[in-house]
Amino acid sequence: MRIPLVISTLVARSAGAGSRLSRKGGGTTLPGRVLNALDPGASARLARRLEQGSAIISATNGKTTSAAMTAAILASRYRLAGNPAGANLSSGVATALLHTRGAELGLFEVDEAALPRVAEALEPRALCLGNLFRDQLDRYGELEMLAERWRGVVAGLAVGSTLIVNEDDPQLAQLARGRAGVIRFGIEDARHGGPLPHAADARYCSACGVAYDYRLAYVGHLGEYSCPGCGFERSKPDIWAEAITLEGLTGSSFQLHLPQETLSVRLGLPGLYNVYNALAAAALGHALGARADEIAGGLESTEAAFGRSERIAIGEKELLLLLIKNPTGANEVVRTIVASGTPKTLVIALNDGIADGQDVSWIWDVDFEPLLDGLERLIASGGRAAELALRFKYAGFPESQIELVPSPAEALDRGLELTEEGGELVVCPTYTAMLELQKVLAARGHADLYWQRAARAREESGLPRSPK
Amino acid sequence: MTTRIRLCHLYPDQLNIYADRGNIAVLRSRAERRGYELGMIGVGVGEPLAPECDLIYLGGGQDREQALIAPDLARRTEEISAALEDGAALLAVCGGYQLLGRGYRDRTGVEMPGAGVLPLETVAGEGRMIGDVSIECELDPGEMLTVVGFENHGGRTLLDSGAVPLGRVVHGFGNDGESGFEGCRLGKAIGTYLHGPLLPRNPWLADWLLGQALARTVGEPPELEKLDDELEYQAHAVALGRARERGGKFR
Repeated sequence: MRIPLVISTLVARSAGAGSRLSRKGGGTTLPGRVLNALDPGASARLARRLEQGSAIISATNGKTTSAAMTAAILASRYRLAGNPAGANLSSGVATALLHTRGAELGLFEVDEAALPRVAEALEPRALCLGNLFRDQLDRYGELEMLAERWRGVVAGLAVGSTLIVNEDDPQLAQLARGRAGVIRFGIEDARHGGPLPHAADARYCSACGVAYDYRLAYVGHLGEYSCPGCGFERSKPDIWAEAITLEGLTGSSFQLHLPQETLSVRLGLPGLYNVYNALAAAALGHALGARADEIAGGLESTEAAFGRSERIAIGEKELLLLLIKNPTGANEVVRTIVASGTPKTLVIALNDGIADGQDVSWIWDVDFEPLLDGLERLIASGGRAAELALRFKYAGFPESQIELVPSPAEALDRGLELTEEGGELVVCPTYTAMLELQKVLAARGHADLYWQRAARAREESGLPRSPK
Repeated sequence: MTTRIRLCHLYPDQLNIYADRGNIAVLRSRAERRGYELGMIGVGVGEPLAPECDLIYLGGGQDREQALIAPDLARRTEEISAALEDGAALLAVCGGYQLLGRGYRDRTGVEMPGAGVLPLETVAGEGRMIGDVSIECELDPGEMLTVVGFENHGGRTLLDSGAVPLGRVVHGFGNDGESGFEGCRLGKAIGTYLHGPLLPRNPWLADWLLGQALARTVGEPPELEKLDDELEYQAHAVALGRARERGGKFR
């Protein structure tokens, strides 16, 4: 016998309230876990109640930020249900669906490995695939396996639903070939391109195995490619950015070309990688009916998502948090830091929990070397601080300028101590180190905890709060 | 005149996940700090191994990349064996280790041929073996060393009878999760699943390889000057702790 939806949702919601009361967490995943356990079909049925359907964003890097941008674009048009706290597994999406009362459209960021299961439940009207990079191999397995599963997701999309892909990622462009109703986005600005970096992933054509010719690469393997073997090549995107000006750690501006019009956009988030996030959001917003002014307004109003180039004032000093989690993402963080002048002191916190990846070998594939020119002190932190210190030592950074401070909270304090009044401290933590820092900052009254933010985001989107 | 160590890195474009360049950086730095120059020669598909090669390195790759280089590597049996006979040392990690054996048989029974240089073969198994590992090995007689790393492999590597493993598993899976063996040792050639990368946190293994590489031209492995390895010891201790706490095992 199936448990009636009203009962399973009630039980699941009270689990969330219990989780918040017991201060164990924000209840961003527990209710969904309970719901999935009680009734595996409940998510699908809850999703069907959304009269405007659902949209999904998945990517290795940038899904939280591009989902936040898309939400800002669509906020005046639809009442949204979503998972802004980044709980992006099936349980997080189910939890968000429990809070859908009054929502019209579901907008979810979904973990790349969880995508098949979530897409099956939600039957999205739009699916936006941002990029596929080598990430924690111990957790996600090999890139090719993930691409294969995504191929299955695309094949299973309903005929009328829109697929949005980053045309600069050859693996995603391949997935979209031959399909109707595809929107492609990309960057068209050769001045920001360079050679393929060491950590690049898609070097070989997924159709024929021959090495791609890369005319240039923007971020990781995202760029302009063609295959000399089978002739597969990047095509001109439908939505693109050009005339990009990067403004160090503060933001960027560019011309955004939509199918019918062109607009100027100023982003408050730094780096070329955030231009890609903005393009993903613009393309998805466009697919869901947003006008050009809504797209520009939404992109320009988006602030940093949890720990992604987030600025926090601490007395007279400012803290800049830049999450690092895989080679390509970390390379972009390094590039952005260097572009605005390498700081004298840098804190990097490397943890090796399940959410960080237990295998820390990825730090050796990151190009940290550009930081060495100008850096005076590295505070190596996290559970694998010594490993990180070795990465810098073997890059040629003097050991005498490295301090090992395994506790992220103590590393933060040490970094602040070395930062002059009015100055800025840059901290690059991995995911769980970021959570540790967030707790410390919240306890000291400098920042909100992520579930408090999620609750606020829900309020701002006009949705009722979850029942107490 | 400074002695030059010639390192041939096979397939640097295809086999370089799991931070293989970390291993190379360690070899280079530790050679240079002792006054030896390390010359790195990348060897791609269809290119010959450099003559007078002191050290051969093969890294790990994803399945797709391994499939791309496997036919080329399978044709190198004579070439690599001749280099080893000439006194070259060798380090092969993960995919490179598997493909130096006779081959890799996947779950459908399809065989990817290997170089057949190391006395072993690999078959696909149920579930991947992922996690921290620690092993004990005796590179020089009477000298027990602990080596720590991370493993992530679906293949089960079976040593031929009489073949010598690199070491005995203390924590983790090792070659097949059952035999208690990890890696393979054939004279101065070492194959292993341990990455992380392997050499930064196991500097004694890096020095052993450098000594063996130098021995090709000077006869005996020379005494290498001691380096300050305080950070390396700390990283080793943390990794060893992880292997103890959460090293892989079949339940």
